[in-house]
Amino acid sequence: MSLLKSLCRSPSAIIGGVLLILVLLMAALAGWLYPNDPLALAGRPLQAPFSNPRFLFGTDSVGRDIIAQLFYGARTSLLVGITATAVAIVIGVLVGSIAGFYGGWVDTALMRVTEAFQTVPNFILLLMLVVIFGSKIATLVVVIGIVSWTAPARLTRAEFLTLRNREFVQACRVIGMPDWRIIFREILPNALPPVIVYASVVMAFSILLESALAFLGLSDPNVASWGNLIADGRRVLRSSWHVATLPGIAILLTVLSISLIGQGLNDAMNPRLRRK
Amino acid sequence: MSELLSIEGLKVRLPRHADRGYAVHDLTLRLDENEILCVVGESGSGKSVMASSILGLLPPEVKVEAGRIGFEGTDLLRLPPHALRSIRGAGIGMIFQDPMTALNPLHRVGNQIAETFRVHTKLSSQEIQAKVLELLEQMQLPDPAAAARAYPHELSGGQRQRAMIAMALALEPRILIADEPTTALDVTTQAQILALIRDLQRRNRMGVLFITHDFGVVAEIGTRIAVMRHGVLVEEGPAATVLTAPQQTYTRELIAAVPSLQPPERKQLAPVGQAALSIVKVNKTYRARGREVAALKDVTLALPRGSTLGIVGESGSGKSTLARCIVRLLTTDTGAIEVDGADITQMTRHEWRSHARRVQMVFQDPYASLNPRRKVGELVAQGPLMYGAKTSEVMPRVRELFGLVGLDPAAIDRYPHEFSGGQRQRIGLARALALDPDILVADEPVSALDVSVQAQVLALLAKLKEQLGLSMVFITHDLRVAAQICDRVAIMQRGEVVEEGEASDVLVSPKHPYSQALLAAVPGRNWQTSGY
Repeated sequence: MSLLKSLCRSPSAIIGGVLLILVLLMAALAGWLYPNDPLALAGRPLQAPFSNPRFLFGTDSVGRDIIAQLFYGARTSLLVGITATAVAIVIGVLVGSIAGFYGGWVDTALMRVTEAFQTVPNFILLLMLVVIFGSKIATLVVVIGIVSWTAPARLTRAEFLTLRNREFVQACRVIGMPDWRIIFREILPNALPPVIVYASVVMAFSILLESALAFLGLSDPNVASWGNLIADGRRVLRSSWHVATLPGIAILLTVLSISLIGQGLNDAMNPRLRRK
Repeated sequence: MSELLSIEGLKVRLPRHADRGYAVHDLTLRLDENEILCVVGESGSGKSVMASSILGLLPPEVKVEAGRIGFEGTDLLRLPPHALRSIRGAGIGMIFQDPMTALNPLHRVGNQIAETFRVHTKLSSQEIQAKVLELLEQMQLPDPAAAARAYPHELSGGQRQRAMIAMALALEPRILIADEPTTALDVTTQAQILALIRDLQRRNRMGVLFITHDFGVVAEIGTRIAVMRHGVLVEEGPAATVLTAPQQTYTRELIAAVPSLQPPERKQLAPVGQAALSIVKVNKTYRARGREVAALKDVTLALPRGSTLGIVGESGSGKSTLARCIVRLLTTDTGAIEVDGADITQMTRHEWRSHARRVQMVFQDPYASLNPRRKVGELVAQGPLMYGAKTSEVMPRVRELFGLVGLDPAAIDRYPHEFSGGQRQRIGLARALALDPDILVADEPVSALDVSVQAQVLALLAKLKEQLGLSMVFITHDLRVAAQICDRVAIMQRGEVVEEGEASDVLVSPKHPYSQALLAAVPGRNWQTSGY
């Protein structure tokens, strides 16, 4: 409750929140405003924005409605952002908490694996995994999660390293509490705040990764997505700039909104770090 | 005697959300030449804020609202920052509680002392070098040249504090402000530092403003005493008067709460057949990066049923390691720890779990030992719930335990941060008792508490031990506390038990030279607390 209150006092969280609500509304209203398939051919290709009242933002190079694709694309981006982040955070928290809690060879082994992932640039790794496992949207979110878990894992591990020697953890051991309960029920809630803040970074990054894949033509072609639209618009950038620019702005605003909320969360959760 | 420093009507305002309006309220105090004025008070009394306001070292949200601090004809509160800087170090030196955080870990100690000269004087670097060595020699460091070359982490706590004092006294200030300078030190080191401060003070006829919470230290060093409470000066006068004939009730209560070094008369415990806990030839060595430290060496001890065994020692003596071995937070290398004849070091994890509830622990730090995200009632209920009790049975028991440790049973739905340090220690005690243990291991349970709260918690421990028939292992560094609560005392030094016996023998006529040294170092040992 007090967290929500201090969030409302942070201007960046308010701006981010308003923007994110707009994106959520777009995703929610897509089916109601544009009941037809957004990927169906709707009219003459490459109409300019505001030139035809039927297509507010015009059409793309094959004659699909751009604004309908933007609304449906919001669904894809949010789906990718939320699910991929969930995958990354779950893997990261699991690896980080076990490594941090047990230390010793368990920690060494898990951290070597983490480093192995970190040494490969994650976009290259992503491309490789997409090539192997295909680019259906369900596969994509898992794969994006798999390339983004390392930073949350390190963060969780660092928190666990400082928390595991606290006396309240020792007190749990003294009453004979099993390790898994100490890790997940006692230490984890204390270790989560920085990880939650970092989740916003992961989320923004996942959306960008999906768009980048789509730009290269490696995302799911059967789903309306901002990245797919940009890839299409790239070919006609000099004649019809709006095809690539409009989804670009949508990505920019969504990622910005999530980052701003993350910043607000950080201020609210670490009041001591806030600047005056 | 001439007056060095005069504080008149000092009022220091706290930020809006603090628990009270003023940290210091209308305080008037003076410091003369050639005296040690001890300012005593419990936590939150405003004594440290008062000391920090003299040199303008208050945190930005704490503001001086009114008053005057006179020093050599000027008012320190109205000096511009650059003028105040030239007084810091040169006119008034200051030392702090923790010498480790006050020294920069990346610079050599000698360099940091030399810094004072470089800033305030125009001496050449050779002259500065010589001055630094001379100073360190005055601080009675065993090898001044080596100390000057060392980095802070290479020195012991006592040596670091000596280096800090050297830094503070480098420019021969008229006044030394010492804010709890010996609180983080072991008792024998504390005795040496106190002697050093007194020595230097006499030699230079300085005025020393000594902030402390410890009446033993006051009795040891003070020439005049000022007692503070909630930011207000309660009583002030010559040391002998305040210590032996205090005028105010609060001072009297504070002094009465200081445990006496003389163990009280105890009824003789009938010797029982089997000890509740016996520790036989336990060894434990820490190994890290090729270095070995023997934390426990052939420790053999017995805890008679229904009694309290004190384990006393300085830091690094192995007393906390021993406590953690008894509750299996650490594993031993060799030796046996027997609870009712069963060796817990040989138990499997599974066997230990069914055994764990018989030995429970109370921790030192009232802030770190309770999970901040759980309600206190949950914390106490956790143990019984884990051993299969039902919530409906446990909650009445938790309320009963809260009553037992002197807390309001209605408070079980609150979170740890809503309680004071003493109350939290009571919660920790309730948690330990929730499993109906036979043996309670208390690791410095009162060392983080104010003296009056400490007395209450000690009394509670003694009462509950009696009432519930517990046997207790009590770890402490404080011989006064040990004298009050322990039936038997074991003195540990560098992992070994050097002496063990009845408290009334060990603490009155110790045999081992180390026990004798430890006892001789207790501050204010000649001052009889019961005699005022």
